[in-house]
Amino acid sequence: MSELLLNIQNERLSFFTPAGEVKALNDISIQMYEGDVLGIVGESGSGKSVTAYSIMQLLPHTGRIIGGTIDFNGHRINDMTEQDMRKIRGNEVSIIFQDPMTSLNPVYTIGNQICEVIKLHTNKNKKQALERAEELLSLVGINEPGKRLKQYPHELSGGMRQRVMIAIALACEPKLLIADEPTTALDVTIQAQILELMIDLKEQLGMSIIMITHDLGIVANMCQKIAVMYAGKIVEYGPVDEIFYNPQHEYTKGLLRSIPKLSEKEHNRLVPIEGTPVDMLNPPKGCPFAPRCDSCMKICLREMPQYTTINDGHLSACWLLQKKEFMQGGEEN
Amino acid sequence: MSKKLVEVQHLKQYFHAGGSMFNPKYVKAVDDVTFYINKGETLGLVGESGCGKTTTGRTLLRLYEPTSGKVIYDGKDITKVSMLPYRRKMQIVFQDPYASLDPRMTVGDIVGEAIDIHKLAASKTERHDKIIAMLERVGLNSEHANRYPHEFSGGQRQRIGIARALAVDPEFIVCDEPISALDVSIQAQVVNMFEDLQQDLGLTYLFIAHDLSVVKHISQRIGVMYLGKLVELADSYELIFHSVHPYTRSLISAIPVADPIKSRESKRIVLEGDVPSPVNPPSGCRFRTRCRYATELCATQEPEFKEISPGHFAACHHLDKVQ
Amino acid sequence: MKEKKNPLSFQLDVSDFLPANKEEKESLVIMRESVSFWRDGLRRFEKNKIAMTSFIIIILVFIFAFVMPQFYPYSYEQQIRGSENLAPMAYSEPELALKAAGEKVFPHILGTDSLGRDTMIRLMMGSRISLLVGLVASILVLLIGSIYGTVAGYFGGKVDLFMMRIVDIIYTVPDILIIILLMVTLKYPLKDLAETVPAFSWINVIGVGLICIFIVFSLLYWVGMARIVRSQVLTLKEQEYVTAARALGAGSGRIIRKHLLTNSMGTLIVTTTLQIPSAIFTESFLSFIGIGVAAPMPSLGSMASTAIDGIYSYPYRLLAPALMISLIILSFNLLGDGLRDAFDPKLKN
Repeated sequence: MSELLLNIQNERLSFFTPAGEVKALNDISIQMYEGDVLGIVGESGSGKSVTAYSIMQLLPHTGRIIGGTIDFNGHRINDMTEQDMRKIRGNEVSIIFQDPMTSLNPVYTIGNQICEVIKLHTNKNKKQALERAEELLSLVGINEPGKRLKQYPHELSGGMRQRVMIAIALACEPKLLIADEPTTALDVTIQAQILELMIDLKEQLGMSIIMITHDLGIVANMCQKIAVMYAGKIVEYGPVDEIFYNPQHEYTKGLLRSIPKLSEKEHNRLVPIEGTPVDMLNPPKGCPFAPRCDSCMKICLREMPQYTTINDGHLSACWLLQKKEFMQGGEEN
Repeated sequence: MSKKLVEVQHLKQYFHAGGSMFNPKYVKAVDDVTFYINKGETLGLVGESGCGKTTTGRTLLRLYEPTSGKVIYDGKDITKVSMLPYRRKMQIVFQDPYASLDPRMTVGDIVGEAIDIHKLAASKTERHDKIIAMLERVGLNSEHANRYPHEFSGGQRQRIGIARALAVDPEFIVCDEPISALDVSIQAQVVNMFEDLQQDLGLTYLFIAHDLSVVKHISQRIGVMYLGKLVELADSYELIFHSVHPYTRSLISAIPVADPIKSRESKRIVLEGDVPSPVNPPSGCRFRTRCRYATELCATQEPEFKEISPGHFAACHHLDKVQ
Repeated sequence: MKEKKNPLSFQLDVSDFLPANKEEKESLVIMRESVSFWRDGLRRFEKNKIAMTSFIIIILVFIFAFVMPQFYPYSYEQQIRGSENLAPMAYSEPELALKAAGEKVFPHILGTDSLGRDTMIRLMMGSRISLLVGLVASILVLLIGSIYGTVAGYFGGKVDLFMMRIVDIIYTVPDILIIILLMVTLKYPLKDLAETVPAFSWINVIGVGLICIFIVFSLLYWVGMARIVRSQVLTLKEQEYVTAARALGAGSGRIIRKHLLTNSMGTLIVTTTLQIPSAIFTESFLSFIGIGVAAPMPSLGSMASTAIDGIYSYPYRLLAPALMISLIILSFNLLGDGLRDAFDPKLKN
């Protein structure tokens, strides 16, 4: 039985901006075991990146956790000081960002940037660190690693830079790797390379991955469990096959219906989700998806739905499911 | 009998990339591209970054002056003429809904700019009516006309951009990655809108995108570009299910499928290496550095873009070997 | 069966599960109130206390310089015999005699100078000259600089190269030297012009020096503005909305007017506002060294210059103009800073 690596319980997080309070996360709960690959799917404003940053406490000063707990690898993240966090960032948990162009410092060599993280968390000297860096570069599939160590970020292509980011993230063999839209800025053929690399590395090093993306195709391929987020709430959570073949939340269903499928032989009109994404400064009371939902009921506009368990490990927060339960309960009576 | 509305012949677009006066270097963004688009159809143009698809679209509209080659519109050679009358017939929708709208202009003025330039309204009320009509056609309403772009979401801004393009009553629209910057749940709305507009107004589209799934959905024919060259062109169905060029094959196989069982079963063709630099493209066939079927012939001779079956064009020396 | 809902009951009300209609859903989607760039900037400006204070001070100075002289009984060139070198609020003997005779004599609030001229009114007129010079010179700089910079930035290529080399050359020209040379050469021709042609008699009033200052500003001082405008235009013309305008068929004139200049407006206003104190200072400095406004028209600089001789006996004669210059320049600088903070789009969150 694998260990519980990450346990987020009822996290609530808000950004206190001059324009008002932005309730970015509204009662999020996630459990990850060692070796899991979790996909967090959502659009802009859904809170998926914020969830990841809150695990690593990398939020801007306007962001604050106002409720719930985050337990990672035996640490209570909410209670940790900045100093303690620095010891585990890059060491037990790492993150790779979306844009490799801006995540690497343009004025330092690749070797320098990889060694930085090695020297921070281990007591290797410069020579040993460089050796390890070279090892890491070949691990991530960069050819001529010795030469690359001396190069600067602008000399590498987008795909290579992302590999360097992965190398930096893996330098201290973290237990959890968070990938925040790592391939959105890359071409599709390069994306395929990077995703394959990540799966290989996971097998080799036995780490867990949180894959944050808006692309359902990526999570279908890589992840075992998926959390679908909308406006700061996890609206559906479950094993990958359940989510794709038995979606229960209207938002998940809507997303799956609205993407064009390459394998379709006829031209079927896409079924979009009507309406526009939520304004997080003025979120509606009740279910955040209600204004866009075809099956919206009166109660959906007033109250936040509770989670219904559909089957083992598959949960969804929707009044329709509660209604079904209620009806079934009523029939039994 | 379909009529060719837009045609490009041997279009080249080279940009200066430094080098000395005697040995100037060029980025060969578009290098000898030939295709046509029939009236009322959508031609999709796909490829990855640096392939030249966006440059092709803009050069076609003469937003860049072509280095050489011809652009033909409705039978007339418009490569060197004054574009002002053609700006009414040929329009463009941009990728970035945040950058393509002037932040200091109201939505009404943005949509009305074309009306002002081409003097399409005789009075202020007529102008106002036309603007409202455009906004309503794209699903916005009259009270939006006095607001500023920053007050709208990405999807709504893209609709404003479309309304702007429609204000001149065009026949042909270049859609330059119009949905890439939008959220997934909004993309379907905008794609449907493009289709509806095409049907209602008889528009012809050049749909440029890197997402092959969307392009296949909306286009009748698709062209695939790589490093400035067209490598394959065919009907959408043909291209997806019977593609012949190795690059097209790997592009199709690289697309993540939103279907866990299918994606576990499918074998991926993963290309090695990165896209070469467009300043120094490989000799002969440009794809040869990443192609598993490459031979010496591919390094010395550029393959010809020729018709291999009715309506299906490809440029490759080893089509028979490609499995 | 619809039962009355007991507020304490946990039973779900069946009617809650009826579908919601369109109006109910739409009522939740409210658009935030519309705010244009200017209103947004003004709001930010109003919140900035220092900027608002400077703005009010400037308004007060304007009133002081332009409105108050109408109500002041003395005029700037009026030399009152017997009332020379009076201390502030003091009366001379002839004036005391007048007062004894029952007449009302307005006090000299800041005293008088060595020729019996009231210092206060001269201070007002001096401020007026400084403000006028500051404003007119800045507007000249704005017009010439922005047109030049826009043309160079928009057309680019060889045109830009050529135009900016001219700017580089102008930068190297020593401005004070040119002013002095111009003054020396133009002094007599302009004087003759003023005497022979009645329409030009105002030349004598404001002085050849001031005219030379304006000429030099128009010739030399616009280059800073030109560079700033050019760099703005260079950035803005690459924006996608400019390409969009071209795709619609807009010509260069329209693009420059409607897109480039409107989007540079913030920068232009701020730069001009910050140009004003520099112009005022230049004028004061030149008047101080004797090249500015001609006597008897006072300038804050010339008042300071004449006051230096009597600095130990009559310190207020130096203090007044010096403080005035400082106040005007500081207020305009703070105003410019406040405007920049309010309208700089990068600071918008």
